Amino acid sequence: MGFLQRPVVVTADINLNVVALTAVGLLSRLWQLAYPRAVVFDEVYYGQYISFYMKRIFFLDSSGPPFGHMLLALGGYIGGFDGNFLWNRIGAEYSSNVPVWCLRLLPALAGALSVPMAYQIVWELGFSPCAAMGAALLVLIENALVTQSRLMLLESVLIFFDLLAVLSYLKFFNSQKHRYGRRGVSSPAGNSLSSQLTALLCPRPFSLSWWFWLTLTGMACSCAVGVKYVGVFTYLLVLGVAAVHAWHLIGDQTLSNVCVLCHLLARAVALLVIPAATYLLFFYVHLALLCRSGPHDQIMSSAFQASLEGGLARITQGQPLEVAYGSQVTLKNAFGKPVPCWLHSHQSTYPVIYESGRGSSHQQQVTCYPFKDVNNWWIIKDPRRHQLVVNNPPRPVRHGDIVQLVHGMTTRFLNTHDVAAPLSPHSQEVSCYVDYNISMPAQNLWRLDIVNRESDAEVWKTILSEVRFVHVNTSAILKLSGAHLPDWGFRQLEVVGEKLSRGYHESTVWNVEEHRYGKSQEQKERELELHSPTESDISRNLSFMARFSELQWRMLTVRSDDSEHKYSSTPLDWVMLDTNIAYWLHPRTSAQIHLLGNIVIWASASLATMVYALLFLWYLLRRRRKVYDLPEDSWLRWVLAGALCAGGWAVNYLPFFLMEKTLFLYHYLPALTFQILLLPVVFEHISNHLCRSQLQRSLFGALVVAWFASACHVSNTLRPLTYGDRSLSPSELKALRWKDSWDILIRKY
Amino acid sequence: MSFKVSFSVPRPAATPHSRRCWELQFLEPVFSRARPARPSRSVMLRATSRLPAARAATTLSAQPRGRRPAPRRRRKELHFPGHPELPLGDFLAGRLARPRVPAGRRAILRRGRMPPAVGRGLAGSELRPRRGRCGSQAARAVGPDVAAEATARSPKRPAPGSRRFEAAGRWALLALVTLMSFATRFHRLDEPPHVCWDETHFGKMGSYYINRTFFFDVHPPLGKMLIGLAGYLSGYDGTFLFQKPGDKYEHHSYMGMRGFCAFLGSLLVPFAYLTVLELSQSLPAALLTAALLTFDTGCLTLSQYILLDPILMFFIMAAMLSMVKYNSCANRPFSAPWWFWLSLTGINLAGALGVKFVGLFIILQVGWNTLSDLWHLFGDCSLSMVRTQVTMGKHLTARILCLIVLPMALYTATYAIHFMVLSKSGPGDGFFSSAFQARLSGNNLHNASIPEYLAYGSVITVRNLRMAIGYLHSHRDLYPEGIGARQQQVSESSVHLCGSRAKLSAVTEPAVTTYLHKDYNNLWIIKKHSTNSDPLDPSLPVEFVRHGDIIRLEHKETSRNLHSHYHEAPLTRKHYQVTGYGINGTGDSNDFWRIEVVNRKFENRIKVLRSQIRLIHLATGCVLGSSGKILPKWGWEQFEVTCSPYLKGTLNSIWNVEDHINPKLPNISLDVLQPSFPEILLESHMLMIWVLWPLPIWWLLYELLGLHKCGSQISNYGNSGLKPKDNEFTSKPWHWPINYQGLHFSGISDMDFRVYLLGNPVVWWLNLLSIGLYLLSGSIVAVAVQRGARLPAEVEGLSWVLLRGGGQLLFGWMLHYFPFFLMGRILYFHHYFPAMLFSSMLTGILWDTLLRLCAWSLACFPLAGGIHAVGILSLLLGIAYSRVLGREASAQVNLDPLGEGLDSAQGV
Repeated sequence: MGFLQRPVVVTADINLNVVALTAVGLLSRLWQLAYPRAVVFDEVYYGQYISFYMKRIFFLDSSGPPFGHMLLALGGYIGGFDGNFLWNRIGAEYSSNVPVWCLRLLPALAGALSVPMAYQIVWELGFSPCAAMGAALLVLIENALVTQSRLMLLESVLIFFDLLAVLSYLKFFNSQKHRYGRRGVSSPAGNSLSSQLTALLCPRPFSLSWWFWLTLTGMACSCAVGVKYVGVFTYLLVLGVAAVHAWHLIGDQTLSNVCVLCHLLARAVALLVIPAATYLLFFYVHLALLCRSGPHDQIMSSAFQASLEGGLARITQGQPLEVAYGSQVTLKNAFGKPVPCWLHSHQSTYPVIYESGRGSSHQQQVTCYPFKDVNNWWIIKDPRRHQLVVNNPPRPVRHGDIVQLVHGMTTRFLNTHDVAAPLSPHSQEVSCYVDYNISMPAQNLWRLDIVNRESDAEVWKTILSEVRFVHVNTSAILKLSGAHLPDWGFRQLEVVGEKLSRGYHESTVWNVEEHRYGKSQEQKERELELHSPTESDISRNLSFMARFSELQWRMLTVRSDDSEHKYSSTPLDWVMLDTNIAYWLHPRTSAQIHLLGNIVIWASASLATMVYALLFLWYLLRRRRKVYDLPEDSWLRWVLAGALCAGGWAVNYLPFFLMEKTLFLYHYLPALTFQILLLPVVFEHISNHLCRSQLQRSLFGALVVAWFASACHVSNTLRPLTYGDRSLSPSELKALRWKDSWDILIRKY
Repeated sequence: MSFKVSFSVPRPAATPHSRRCWELQFLEPVFSRARPARPSRSVMLRATSRLPAARAATTLSAQPRGRRPAPRRRRKELHFPGHPELPLGDFLAGRLARPRVPAGRRAILRRGRMPPAVGRGLAGSELRPRRGRCGSQAARAVGPDVAAEATARSPKRPAPGSRRFEAAGRWALLALVTLMSFATRFHRLDEPPHVCWDETHFGKMGSYYINRTFFFDVHPPLGKMLIGLAGYLSGYDGTFLFQKPGDKYEHHSYMGMRGFCAFLGSLLVPFAYLTVLELSQSLPAALLTAALLTFDTGCLTLSQYILLDPILMFFIMAAMLSMVKYNSCANRPFSAPWWFWLSLTGINLAGALGVKFVGLFIILQVGWNTLSDLWHLFGDCSLSMVRTQVTMGKHLTARILCLIVLPMALYTATYAIHFMVLSKSGPGDGFFSSAFQARLSGNNLHNASIPEYLAYGSVITVRNLRMAIGYLHSHRDLYPEGIGARQQQVSESSVHLCGSRAKLSAVTEPAVTTYLHKDYNNLWIIKKHSTNSDPLDPSLPVEFVRHGDIIRLEHKETSRNLHSHYHEAPLTRKHYQVTGYGINGTGDSNDFWRIEVVNRKFENRIKVLRSQIRLIHLATGCVLGSSGKILPKWGWEQFEVTCSPYLKGTLNSIWNVEDHINPKLPNISLDVLQPSFPEILLESHMLMIWVLWPLPIWWLLYELLGLHKCGSQISNYGNSGLKPKDNEFTSKPWHWPINYQGLHFSGISDMDFRVYLLGNPVVWWLNLLSIGLYLLSGSIVAVAVQRGARLPAEVEGLSWVLLRGGGQLLFGWMLHYFPFFLMGRILYFHHYFPAMLFSSMLTGILWDTLLRLCAWSLACFPLAGGIHAVGILSLLLGIAYSRVLGREASAQVNLDPLGEGLDSAQGV
């Protein structure tokens, strides 16, 4: 009953700076959010995915994991969007059923919250409130960040989670430092609500707030990765910094071994296990939401397709599970490259002489055909019997059985022999045997090899079994070579017998997709009725992990062939803002939205990074000679700020040089945000440590103020291009074209 | 960074004279042999010899003798009482172990914590602070006090005679390792007597050097020059064609070239042996490494043929060895051996880079080593600031001189020789710019004379700068139905334009010895856009074409104009189609192009060969370029030419004028336009980098140079498979360390003699296991050190070996392996072998150290000391035995016509 004796007191310590920054952040990002009421730039892609979510149709997007898309879809869900909008071109007007404001709300909120977070980060790094304020204001007025936040795009969300990961790690790290009682000079404890909580809850290791911030770090990291793959670089950076700190912890001999172990375990759980679990969770929700078949089904395996409502599941539902002698099947190749296709044959034969002068067997062609066709049906036959129908009871085919494959329409046997294949001369030709060529005996026995079997007596199952056909006479393996046959083969895909097969390759693996028991006679059909097929609920057979791994693998390997874009750019163009992207142009006036940064901020941020690097090197060399220019704690602050801000810039920027995909200016925004955070850090450092007299300090302060004023001015000048709210005259537009490489649209009347 | 060890084994007596420099024993054996006679002569002489690692092994004998007084037998039978029957043990013992330790000493050792064998092994392995000329690494690592202490504990210098034996034993061991290596590599070197695998390229390129015919290859020239030199010296006349794998050499002398490669390949084993010895100071570790490499079938196979790999690996290993050697001289800067090893490092770096660009990795390693070395020097606060600056300046200059300037000079020199030797026109001409081709005798641009500046009415050929092989080309064939310009397929002949690859492939025919003759379909007439009057009319004045002019380009053969319009190009859908249009030069306004000079050095006029021009389409604003994609059959598989609306300037859209005919202008000799040597160097590098990158061009290169891999008929792949060779030859980097699949060197299906490049599985899997074990043990040790655990001196010494020596090797392995994951080009199994060398060395050090640690921790049990000896011996024997097994398997392979037993062998 202690609370009766002492009054319950809640002390809230509110940092008005943060509140004010949040307010202006919201204002700048949410102002006229629903304008323009038209599809702007990449909204055309993300909008499609939102529609898919609303209609719960499965899709595959190789650009990133599903969390970001789901967040956007959440906006649609809040706004009651029914998904009925044709996202076909940039600039199309939204119909009235599209809740534009709601759809754009989440990215805008993320963008707005980045402003106070920038403040908090610089603050937690141990710099002055003034520097923190500067960082937040720079993020606030950076035009490119504003533009990107106000649309249905994911960069602002990504930046939000990147910053959140860094911020919560810093909070965690600082709460850890309390234990040693050497909090930095400008400790923010007691100034903000969270810090107050921290202080209240006794900032010791393994306290509640300690756990909270540590877990939040992990969660934020996985959210960043879940929004876009590039988030992984920030994750790695945070992991790296945490590893260095953990290494120091190991070296701390005042701690007991058990204590160190607990510390390490806690970090491992929070920074490795939790993110992995969260990442899986995204996919779980994603797959749970998208349960209907859709346009991207073809890319996935048959089993995956069958797990979706409609599509293949509609065909395969109720078909017998176990393939028996006499079954009629279609065989799909598991490789799916260049296109998913089915084993196929048709009346035409191989040409007697190829263009290269080689000869063929002149037997019936066997190909792989990417469309559903009646010629894709094959009958599994027992070589010892003549009948092509299923017995009663059905005799299932097992691993290791010898079978013959009979082409349904032409009743010819799948055959291979020692004749070079048309396009892959090292492999054997595969044909349907025609017996007019007596010198070539039929070699049509195939041994069934179930690749994913669990035991050696496993039965061949529809859709689920991955099988290989090994030719009995020559040990060749039925394989899709991936080459397109010339005109005589109707440009279908070549199928060959691979003689020297080295290990497992997907191109040699086939699975049964459609399956029915043979019913060529009336009587047999009745039999079929009697032995009602075993219902196969395949969707339940495919576990979440199997679906996840397949989906993830496809997302990473599917290449969309976007080669060139009018506004694509190279990483070198980004540092000094040599490029822009026109996002939208008003259909009648010349009001337009551009992704165009505040060039003063970009240039000075790049400069600050350089200055930081040089100063850092200089101090490092001096320290090596035991000359300590900085007091130890400011040196540590300086290093940590560099590791997180300059490091954040580097890891978010440099990897793009190695990427082969089409790059755009907006890919630079996360790196830019980190670079902006470094700017006030460098200013404060110069002012505190490099300006020797008060006079110099004042002068420098005045310079910074002047510089900031110019940044504000530039930001204001470019504002029409950021919000697109004002139509500018051609001469004004020309005046805004400060760089020749900027592409500003000028309407010709 | 050099590794630094400190080890203090309790020793009964101390003398400062037992520190000697192992390096110089190789350099100056005379000195070291002279040394025992006058033990305390001078600092310099003292430092020439250092306690040899060999003594580690010598003392293997001490333990059994100490524990069980064996009857004094002759040395050879004495030392491994448990395994008298093992030949290798016998050998080891014979070479190394000698009854040398005085009895009193033995007693003390026995009383020590360490089993004597291990203790003595460590004594050899380590740990002695070397303060002589080359030795203070240990002192640097642990600080002066420990060093002094360790010095105080140094054992008594053995009698001079024994040291001579020791040195002899060590030399003999090295000689034996070398001998084994040479014996295996040269065994049946002449088989098979036909061209194997890439011999077809490198042998051919060697022949080009002998014939002085110009060619182009993606690798720098040094390796092929050396092959050519070896062939030249051994009497090969360059007449063998090296057309395809499987061609019989017959009377041609090929053994010189193979012998040269095998010679360099054989040296890898002693190099690895010495490197490991230097890093770990432990003979068993070195022997283990040598055994791994000697008995590895992969290394063996790769060293036996005319390939770049043995040469490359030779330079890599030599650079590594000299770097390690130079590290151990670090305490004696600016001495003769220091300079020697430093400059040798630089020379080997140049060699490695000069053979293949893979050499960059070892350069990175040496660079990193140098940086950390300088960093430590810089942090050496025993010197005053001023002294430091002077010293640092000297150090820095020395390194820049030896590791940057010297390699650069040598590398450039190889190119100078390359271009000097290859003075005749040959198959590589087409890759290079026209200005370059003017240098080559036999080329039709050689000694040619053409008008210097472009004027209206000139007949020209236009060549793409980026494509390096493409001329703007047109012919009478139409674009097929459904592609691009649909409106004029019936009556108009729309002409498509291509870089003329098909024409160039004629180069591959052996009959064509000079540069290709001009195809008339490459000729264009440059005309003013406004008039159709013949500019060659003598009454009109000559008018030069200038930057910014609006022109028309008329195809000379078909009299159609270069034309573009808003139709998508056949392959690059976002670009516009380029066609030929019009009749007899009359077209429409879509035929107008603005000509822009990119490098405007010549007063806006357009200079033949040297001006780089862009053609901007006037109506659509797009720029003429080549997309680099290859058209299907209907386009004769030539390159697609498009008009790109994206004006971002790349080399794809830059052209230059090559041939130039204009009777109204005076001709000048092309010689004045010849590029200077730096320009040539730059051009050939740009070309190499560019060719190495994208896949289709790589494929093209093979076609152009006639470098088909055996039997693969590239043309059959058509457009669908832009792969250079059969899918089976290529592999993924993750295949390599697990020895997943090998590489056929010879005998695809029907030849009786089959060579298959595949590592000895025992060796490779042991290496793989060792890397994992190393990471595990390394991190345990590192954590222990970080936790401030007080390690016993022996363990500490071993941990240093593990962390420093092993760390360097692991770094080398990573550097030579991981970058391949980033490479887009086609990869082969043999790319892994440099990394494999490093991982073998790591295996040697790891197992030796682990076994020593094991023996140490079990020291309380009797015979624990034997663990090390037994472990090393069983590893050695296991490796050797696996090789014997492999040989049997290979015999089966030779008998097996179906090739089913191809997993494990090489056909020797």
